[in-house]
Amino acid sequence: MQIDENLIAYLEELSCLQLSADEKQRLAGDLQDILGSMARLGQVNTDGVPERSHPFDVVNAFRDDDVQPSLDRALILRNAPQQDGEMFIAPQTV
Amino acid sequence: MTALELSAAMQAKKIGVAEVLQAQFTRVEQSQCNAFLALAKERAFARAHEIQAKIDAGEVLSPLMGVPIAIKDNISTKDIATTCASKMLQSYVPVFSATAVEHLEHAGMIVLGKLNMDEFAMGGSSETGHFGAVRNPWNVDCVAGGSSGGSAAAVAAGDVPLTLGSDTGGSIRQPCAFCGTTGIKPTYGAVSRYGLVAYASSLDQIGPIGRDINDCAALLEIISAACDNDNTYVMQQPFCFDRSDCQGMRIGLPRNYFASGIADDVKQSVLAAAREFEAAGAHIEEFDMPLMDEMIQAYYVIACAEASSNLSRYDGLKYGYRSDETGDLQTLYKVSRSEGLGLEVKRRIMLGSFVLSSGYYDAYYKKALQVRALIKQAYDELFARFDMILSPVAPTTAYKLGENVDDPMTMYMGDIYTVSVNLAGLPAVSLPCGFDKQGLPVGLQLIGNAFDEAKLVAAARAYQRRTDFHTKLAGGAQ
Repeated sequence: MQIDENLIAYLEELSCLQLSADEKQRLAGDLQDILGSMARLGQVNTDGVPERSHPFDVVNAFRDDDVQPSLDRALILRNAPQQDGEMFIAPQTV
Repeated sequence: MTALELSAAMQAKKIGVAEVLQAQFTRVEQSQCNAFLALAKERAFARAHEIQAKIDAGEVLSPLMGVPIAIKDNISTKDIATTCASKMLQSYVPVFSATAVEHLEHAGMIVLGKLNMDEFAMGGSSETGHFGAVRNPWNVDCVAGGSSGGSAAAVAAGDVPLTLGSDTGGSIRQPCAFCGTTGIKPTYGAVSRYGLVAYASSLDQIGPIGRDINDCAALLEIISAACDNDNTYVMQQPFCFDRSDCQGMRIGLPRNYFASGIADDVKQSVLAAAREFEAAGAHIEEFDMPLMDEMIQAYYVIACAEASSNLSRYDGLKYGYRSDETGDLQTLYKVSRSEGLGLEVKRRIMLGSFVLSSGYYDAYYKKALQVRALIKQAYDELFARFDMILSPVAPTTAYKLGENVDDPMTMYMGDIYTVSVNLAGLPAVSLPCGFDKQGLPVGLQLIGNAFDEAKLVAAARAYQRRTDFHTKLAGGAQ
């Protein structure tokens, strides 16, 4: 598999990143090496083997639908880079 | 003095809580390891006075009451900055504490500060963080290991008796091996992850690092207590470790882990440890570990896939770094993330995006999940034969700062003995077992079946009664 400029641009889009020219060059080389190594997985016979996304079988845990206090809004907003005391401030979208 | 001995001295009123705290702060301020990112002095001394009053009133909260502890900086601490060693979270101050932190504070322990690490726990040398590399107290020109490098270095330097780390692919065990400290990676689900900043959610676990297994076991008993906020926490009751021998235990030794790619000093130290376990009453039997050459690949596919999803939350809006560059919403997201995240984090996000992308999902992500199932099955079969498995933690001892940081494949291969434990959700302890020719520590790991921490602690206690590697601190610190 060849990691080219188009693929790096596609991955930037998926990753919501905007890389510098130097980063693009370095990551293209790194991904080439790493994905080349990962191709080894293809040699393992996994016919009929179920996928395991978790160490143990987990089931959804439901809790009672009780009203619980939320974290304090002023405290939450304290960490926002821009806020107006009630909401986060974002660039205009509409 | 161990943490348990220190607490006993405080509870016997032979030494004051504030006095101990001041001594630790003095050590930290003189340290050359860059292990700490923040100190919580005012808060800690206020707590020390509270705890002293309780001791004076005859209250006993736990065997670690009054002991100072430092916390890896990806574990949330209310009102103390939690940066994950990232520019992205440089100004982030949590409004709640992780369950593990709440438990240890209820047990009378005192949070002294926050510890340096690889950025978002992505790395094996604690060099990728935004605030500079952690240095190994045994040789400050060498790495401390990672990603919990600050947690291990702080204990090895005598800056603090106990720390919390986190382990996603070896991030407690490997820095312990590099720094000559003891650590426990608990079974997945044994310690709440609530408040642990997510890297790879199906692999991450919080665990203790200390000078010996008794201190680590005492802390694990405390932090394994109940949590209502983490659906993957499954303990019915916290651990209680009372056994301390390995008589009759069957210990498997993976022959192929020692065949190639391992430094001779590491190999000889771990094999010597096997003979110690045998002398202590265990039965050692060799076997070949299946899928050894595919573990790293499966791990990095899965870890990066989960990371790419987990780290999508950093958008420059709700908390964390926001770029000054103006533009539309998409531009704000991209530029804030690109300016706020470091190269290794970007590398793993890009890899994760690739293995989850249309056209590659089946060949990489699905395949890795199937290999994970095979690894879990292999361990299940091994634990029908053995009580535990003894292996090296890392193929080498600590290497020089900067030696591997620009070579991701070499860095990733350093995790070869540790990642399968996380893929299978198993517990493991890391113990000091010798020194190489340069005087740098060597570590071994004991891997147990799920929730068999008690056996691991018992065997580790037996080993540390017979050896003194764990009693040595870097630079002869006491």
